[in-house]
Amino acid sequence: MNKETTGQEKRNFLSIFYEELSKSSITIIILSIVSGFIMGGILVIVTSPEVYKAFAVSFGEGLATSWKMVANTYSSLFLGAFGDPAKISAAIKSGDNAKILSAFGPFFESLVVTTPYLFTGVAVALGFRAGVFNIGAEGQLQVGSIAAAWAGWTFTGLSPWIHIPLALLCGALAGGLWGFIPGWLKVKTGAHEVITTIMMNYIGYYLIYYLVAVPFKDPNEVVPKTPWILESAHLPRFFPEPIRFHLGFFIAIGIAFLIWFLLFKTTWGYEIRSVGINMNASKYAGMNITVITVVGMALSGAIAGLGGASEIMGVYWRQSQALSTGYGFDSIALALLAQNHPLGVILTALLFGFLRSGSKVMQLRAGIPIYIINILQAFIILFLAAPAIIRTIYRLKKPSIKDLPISSTTSLSEKK
Amino acid sequence: MPPILELKGITKRFPGVLANDHIDISLNKGEILALLGENGAGKTTLMNILYGLYKPDEGEIFINGEKKEIKSSIDAIRSGIGMVHQHFMLIPVFTVTENVMLGEEDTHMGGFLDREKAAEKIREISDLYKLNVNPDDMVEDLPIGLQQRVEIIKLLFRNADILIMDEPTAVLTPQEVDELFAILKKLVQQGKSIIFITHKLREVMECADRIEVIRLGKVVGETTPKDATPEKLASMMVGRAVELKTQKKPSEPKDVVLSVKDLTVTDMHSRLVLDTVSLEVRSGEILGIAGVQGNGQTELVRALTGLKTARSGTITFLNKVVTKSSPRKITELGSAHIPEDRQKDGLVLKNSVEDNLVLNTYYLPPFAKGIILQRMAIDENARKLVEAFDIRTPDIFTPTYALSGGNQQKVIVAREFSRPIKLLIAAQPTRGLDVGSIEYIHNRIVEKRDEGCAVLLVSTELDEIMQLSDRIAVMYRGKIIATVNASDVTKEELGLLMAGVMPEIQKKKEVIGQTRELVT
Repeated sequence: MNKETTGQEKRNFLSIFYEELSKSSITIIILSIVSGFIMGGILVIVTSPEVYKAFAVSFGEGLATSWKMVANTYSSLFLGAFGDPAKISAAIKSGDNAKILSAFGPFFESLVVTTPYLFTGVAVALGFRAGVFNIGAEGQLQVGSIAAAWAGWTFTGLSPWIHIPLALLCGALAGGLWGFIPGWLKVKTGAHEVITTIMMNYIGYYLIYYLVAVPFKDPNEVVPKTPWILESAHLPRFFPEPIRFHLGFFIAIGIAFLIWFLLFKTTWGYEIRSVGINMNASKYAGMNITVITVVGMALSGAIAGLGGASEIMGVYWRQSQALSTGYGFDSIALALLAQNHPLGVILTALLFGFLRSGSKVMQLRAGIPIYIINILQAFIILFLAAPAIIRTIYRLKKPSIKDLPISSTTSLSEKK
Repeated sequence: MPPILELKGITKRFPGVLANDHIDISLNKGEILALLGENGAGKTTLMNILYGLYKPDEGEIFINGEKKEIKSSIDAIRSGIGMVHQHFMLIPVFTVTENVMLGEEDTHMGGFLDREKAAEKIREISDLYKLNVNPDDMVEDLPIGLQQRVEIIKLLFRNADILIMDEPTAVLTPQEVDELFAILKKLVQQGKSIIFITHKLREVMECADRIEVIRLGKVVGETTPKDATPEKLASMMVGRAVELKTQKKPSEPKDVVLSVKDLTVTDMHSRLVLDTVSLEVRSGEILGIAGVQGNGQTELVRALTGLKTARSGTITFLNKVVTKSSPRKITELGSAHIPEDRQKDGLVLKNSVEDNLVLNTYYLPPFAKGIILQRMAIDENARKLVEAFDIRTPDIFTPTYALSGGNQQKVIVAREFSRPIKLLIAAQPTRGLDVGSIEYIHNRIVEKRDEGCAVLLVSTELDEIMQLSDRIAVMYRGKIIATVNASDVTKEELGLLMAGVMPEIQKKKEVIGQTRELVT
């Protein structure tokens, strides 16, 4: 029996939200980011007791202190994300390789933080393109990491040329399975993927909790941790300790380009995009909605799973119990910010990665909590979702294509 | 006495387009003024200005001789202007009373809605104008025609004296249209004044007191139904002579292309929507399926194109049984489908014109080599078809939602006709299109027939069926109740058949195919 119902879902709030986002232009995106930073600054001001004290002295003093607070916050964020320009130039002048590397340390660390964002961002973007809202990137990343870890310590005596691809493949398969299940449920039972992927997140989380505590526990450790993965499964790092910048970053960039190629240059991508936008028309055109939805979801999960594998194999080398990363959830925001374009994801993943990486230094130096970055990101998304606000603030004209009464056949006579 | 409404020198510019160019129009009390013009002529823009949704760049509005500034729809309602939009603004799960009250809620005892009072007023209005609306009915249970009356009641409830009807007949069955006209006549008798926006000539001739024709944002003429003929109106509208009757030679039917036997289809709730339907379409003929919307035509088309699985019966296409075949298989055998709802089924609106032109051939050479799309071939195909089918689009990369309805339909027609096809299934091919586009698409369909294609035309427009078909099958409640030769039947007889009434024609005239007994 073919299912008429799945194809004719009513527009829910998600699809309206998504549509609103996808219509926003580059200008809106940039202005949203700027506005996000401004709102973050205001938040820093109103939450700092120093500012209130200064305002008690005089108004001018208050303004000066506010400015100082914001400048300090964002400059330490910058330092944390990119490194100290003064240090960098001094190191380059000295010509000492070790010094140069350590000066560039924060920059490379930001790239390390960016890497999982790249994977999950592309994963979520691909899901959106196929018309599925994959909230499960977090869970897919986690099962991917445990599967890669298992492959990393289980298979011994392999050359890295075989071991690394094998472990990555295990991560992708596990993530892919975690994506396949909600996709299959959606097609077969109509269960909404938002619900099922959230559920799969919990299943994945507690499964890892159990695996790390019982069957995979390293007997030599008190706190539940898996054994170290073998060196043959380490993703190569490009610089000596303590710089952790590893091959995973370039794999992620490669995946982003691959998915871009798939989506925009192949017939499969044509199908995925068509199904994602209009299921009815795709069915009319003879596409197999069921297969495309399930494959889209599984592929999305596999990419997120690869992200988990890259974290274990490039950064941590073993899995501990509570690896709650939040990458999977942030990636929804950054995919939307990139308008679900795989190459756009590279830019937004860099933005989120550098913000996240820099925020640690910001907390240390300026005493501003890391969470301000989450709020800042939230503001960016909020502004994107409500472009009317941005248009009003910056007096932008509404794109007027719909207001235009396009003359159609009225001018038939003129042509003849 | 001054006219109740007067628009003077209304001008509205959009970037690159002069939508309204110094329009002067006046409306007298107690008359129906038809505003006739093609899609994009500027009718709707003008009415949106009057209703306060757009601000005019120039011009003035007078109501009862008094100059008014209408800045919002609230101003418009206060000035006694009400508008029935093409798409209704009703909440389906509310009762008629609740819908009508919305925004105008009477309360009693500190905040409780006074539904009774509102319902009473609705009953009064309904009786006065013979609207036959029960205030306690749930809106979603009402047929479209009644929903429209609820919209009218909403306006009368707010004491509107000037009613603007934007393409009110687009969604109605022929019977409902007649009823609507009766209501409009009643309304003007009681002193209301009506502006009726349309591009359908028949309706203008039937119900207007006066006609203003708009073309390219200008008033190009004023006339009355007495002085006008449909041909004259059409040429005023389009700006050139238009053939209202499609010219076609007698058909030369050859081999059977599509044969349907005892096809039965049920809906989600296992209700019978298609009941043992049998038909045959031969190469070189057009079989028209007439019927009021919702009598099984949609399901018939979906079953024939593989979008819906039949419960029983067989569909044979070019001597192959395709009852259970996928849409792709049926398309590949040489069937083309112009779907009923072009925006929902026929186009991926957000995608470009070029992508939509290969929607069902993207995977075949020359558009793909293996799985790699060949952009060059797709571009070239698009450029060729845009030229050949006169699709008006800024370029081939424009998303199809930015095109007018007529041009969207041309994209579909271009795509379907550019393949070698043996069968064309056209469902409502000209719904919502203007005279120029209708003429164009009709000619193309007849052209296909003359090339030896079998055509199954499904339409709720009687005129369309009568003009194009060689044979006509009438559907009523999921059955084909009669099949007749187009030349043997009058419009009135067809109208009766569509309403399920079996007139005397079966005695008078030859009825091809079997006539089923009706259960009514």
